[in-house]
Amino acid sequence: MLLSLSIWIPIAAGLLILAAGGDRHAPLQRSLALGGAIFGFLVTIPLFTGFDVQNPGMQFVQNIPWITRFNINYHLGVDGISVLFVLLNSFITVLIVIAGWSVVENRVGPYYASFLILSGLLNGVFAALDGVLFYVFFEATLIPMFIIIGIWGGPNRVYAAVKFFLYTLLGSLLMLIALLFLYFKSGNSFEILDWHKLPIPLDVQKWLFFGFLFAFAVKVPMWPVHTWLPDAHTEAPTGGSVVLAAILLKLGAYGFVRFSLPILPDASRYFSGMMIALSLIAVVYIGLVALVQSDMKRLIAYSSISHMGFVTLGFFVFNAYGVEGALVQMISHGFVSAAMFLCVGVLYDRMHTRMISDYGGVVNTMPKFAALMMLFAMANCGLPATSGFVGEFMVIMGAMKANFWLSFFAGTTLIFGAAYTLWMYKRVMFGPVANDHVAALQDLNPKELIVLGALALAVLFMGVYPLPFTEVMHGAVSDLLRHVAQPKI
Amino acid sequence: MSPSAATAIVDHLPALPEVLLLVGTCAVMLLDLHVKSERRVATFRLAQGVLLACALATLWVMQVQWEANYSRLILFNGLFVSDIMSHIVKLACYAATSVALVYSRQWLLDRGLLRGEFLTLLMFSLLGMMVLISANSFLTVYLGLELMSLCLYALVALNRDSPASTEAAMKYFVLGALSSGLLLYGMSMIYGATGTLQLNEVAQQVSRMAGNNADRAFLVFGLVFVVAGTAFKIGVAPFHMWIPDVYHGAPTPVTLVIGAGPKLAAFAMAIRLLVNGLLDLAQDWQQMLALMALLSMAIGNITAIAQTNLKRMLAYSTIAHMGFMLLGLMSGVVGGNRLSAADAYSTALFYSLVYVLMTLGAFGMLLLLSRAGFDCELLEDMRGLSKRSPWYAFVMMVLMFSLAGLPPTAGFYAKLAVLSAAVSAGQLWLAVAAVVLSLVGAFYYLRIVKLMYFDEPKETAPVQAPRDMRVVLSLNGLVLLLLGIFPQGLMGLCLTAIQHL
Repeated sequence: MLLSLSIWIPIAAGLLILAAGGDRHAPLQRSLALGGAIFGFLVTIPLFTGFDVQNPGMQFVQNIPWITRFNINYHLGVDGISVLFVLLNSFITVLIVIAGWSVVENRVGPYYASFLILSGLLNGVFAALDGVLFYVFFEATLIPMFIIIGIWGGPNRVYAAVKFFLYTLLGSLLMLIALLFLYFKSGNSFEILDWHKLPIPLDVQKWLFFGFLFAFAVKVPMWPVHTWLPDAHTEAPTGGSVVLAAILLKLGAYGFVRFSLPILPDASRYFSGMMIALSLIAVVYIGLVALVQSDMKRLIAYSSISHMGFVTLGFFVFNAYGVEGALVQMISHGFVSAAMFLCVGVLYDRMHTRMISDYGGVVNTMPKFAALMMLFAMANCGLPATSGFVGEFMVIMGAMKANFWLSFFAGTTLIFGAAYTLWMYKRVMFGPVANDHVAALQDLNPKELIVLGALALAVLFMGVYPLPFTEVMHGAVSDLLRHVAQPKI
Repeated sequence: MSPSAATAIVDHLPALPEVLLLVGTCAVMLLDLHVKSERRVATFRLAQGVLLACALATLWVMQVQWEANYSRLILFNGLFVSDIMSHIVKLACYAATSVALVYSRQWLLDRGLLRGEFLTLLMFSLLGMMVLISANSFLTVYLGLELMSLCLYALVALNRDSPASTEAAMKYFVLGALSSGLLLYGMSMIYGATGTLQLNEVAQQVSRMAGNNADRAFLVFGLVFVVAGTAFKIGVAPFHMWIPDVYHGAPTPVTLVIGAGPKLAAFAMAIRLLVNGLLDLAQDWQQMLALMALLSMAIGNITAIAQTNLKRMLAYSTIAHMGFMLLGLMSGVVGGNRLSAADAYSTALFYSLVYVLMTLGAFGMLLLLSRAGFDCELLEDMRGLSKRSPWYAFVMMVLMFSLAGLPPTAGFYAKLAVLSAAVSAGQLWLAVAAVVLSLVGAFYYLRIVKLMYFDEPKETAPVQAPRDMRVVLSLNGLVLLLLGIFPQGLMGLCLTAIQHL
């Protein structure tokens, strides 16, 4: 029931906002959005506090027959892996609503409605235990995101929105065929948990693996299907970039954990070399690409791809360090990338440019902002005592266990990551005041301070004391690894 | 009244809706002679009343038959069949016709085309559809088909001063006549082989003869023509050439009419001929349908991208959608095994019903955005609709996403259903091709959403339309959304209908 609430409260709030009418009612719509987002976040807190860490299975389960013709159920539940993302998503939604408060003036109602509906759908993706239900939520998220990029985005928004939509749709349509195939293979069941137990021959597993791979690799995104992401990120409004980086990218990685690894363990092992290679290319090559970007948002977008390479690397080394590290990295990246995009948003709202060369010496006029952004930049390069360190360190340890050279190449990210992040930070923040516009900058207003402050606390807390997070996921992860270790042929 | 006469009346009860419609149409025709006003309120009301009466009659027949446990009745010396599928498809046809009347009224009035002929022809073509849907003999199939088609030819030429319309009507007529000829030729072949016109007897004869190679070759020869004739009416490649021109050239209300009910009737015709009559030749016709499905999806979706005219784009999209529908029809019999046949055909029926809902909404939207002296026909005309009217932009967005097959709209479940049929029949490659081509299709639907939401409007005039039209169009969009959340009811109904074939 709690999960249903966490899905439908934001969606209901979104519909209510739409019903409230045009921009004349903007103040009401903003309050409704904030209320809906906070309420939506509050109902997810019991999911965390009431979570039984000893139980590796699904909790808060709700199962209602939905489309009996195809044996499709409205089946929700979370385990230690998915519960964290429901929380993360609801938390980020609150921040997005606050961040957009005085920035969005044009079509306020649809803006907030899109974000709240998106938030509810995303919770649905993480909570769904039925293949079709998962697919419905997974695909429905495209619509609000398409609208968000296309209406409130930058100059090249239409191209970016259409590219985003078609790219991700191609992947998910192939997944649909894989889902249908599993449905018939398992004797007319769309239950994901039933599929986990289903024996499948290796050559069939290989085909299915590619069916799922397209959907999830595009979402993650993995090299070489990442090209939609820099465009989408760059053109999206700040809130859109934040959701994209913090949550939407996690859908792909989550899909690997929920579908590919447990349903197709043999194919996953068979293709692990390929997956690791692709992940390392993302980590190293995309890290280098990030180095030469002149647009701040583009730089952070590439840095996201590079960090998500860590996540897929962690999954496909098949040990507890790797998988848990990858999950921690996903949560941490949710906080850090959201914060980085919000920081760029803060600058963009004042200067209306994202070009690094237009800035310089911002620290002189915005000291508070510079201090906070410093923290996030450090977290982005994986400095110890920030959340970024924990995940990367664990994944590198997991890779070390598998093979020294894997960890060697993965470790280069600590250098490249530091290089591109800090170099950008230096060019934007330090040095003499670059121009009159920078000289006229105002420091953070209270709303921005709340948003960035909350994220700073989260980043520090997770960096210093990650136990609450790893404790929750531990049972589910060891269960998953046991599952992957058993051949299902 | 003698007892035998009484039973005869009861026996003929299932044809009550047809009788009512015939009488009602004649009444409308007569009444229209005395209506002087331009607006023809009285005739419109009467026509809607007749449709409502037909719907009630059908429901009554359905209930009587259900309670008497006659799920399938064959009447009039084997000419007419009354089963659940016929009732459901007929009800959908009434609804489509009634909605079409609501949508087209203002448009026709603005252009001085609101004449009695429109109503009469529309209702006679509906009668043709009903005969076709309930046909149990080659004779009634042909009778219904011609009654429906002849009325539609005339309707396309409704605006006789427009060269485009007359050309479209000519084209439609010539190609339609050709397809009827093909169909008749195929029917005569099968008649020659089986010696009967009655479809259930044809089925018995065919199952007896299918083992014999010489007989089978003869039957398949006839089958090819029957399939070609049916494909013409459904409008799938390579028999699709008339669709773009007719959709484009016909007045928009007529396009709406052609796109809705006749598609359902053509689907029923395919079920009657291929499933009721020639199921033992399924191996042969399924291959043809598979090829046609693939071609239609490819040609329809790819060509639609290049269109700048919305009506033409929707025409190509129809071709693609009918190709998708065929995926369900071609998946029934797997290696001689008919266990999943009802499942597969019911997905095709579900697809057709959902498609009709979507097509009604899409053309209805074109009619809504048109006004006196302006036809909303080009993609350009959708520009900035979300600024002019957020609500109708939303409805149109739902329609477009539904046509593209995205959740949470009914279009998604339609696609899911037919794809599941194809996958269960082992046609994995066809299913993969279908989703890849539907991705191509998503592009042009997405372009409409882009025009409506991301572009600035060319004009700022608010959208004006009669209230009944606004209400029905809004409901049309909402139903698609509602079916997207609760599709079970309609899916279950389709399955019941096909199971009692």
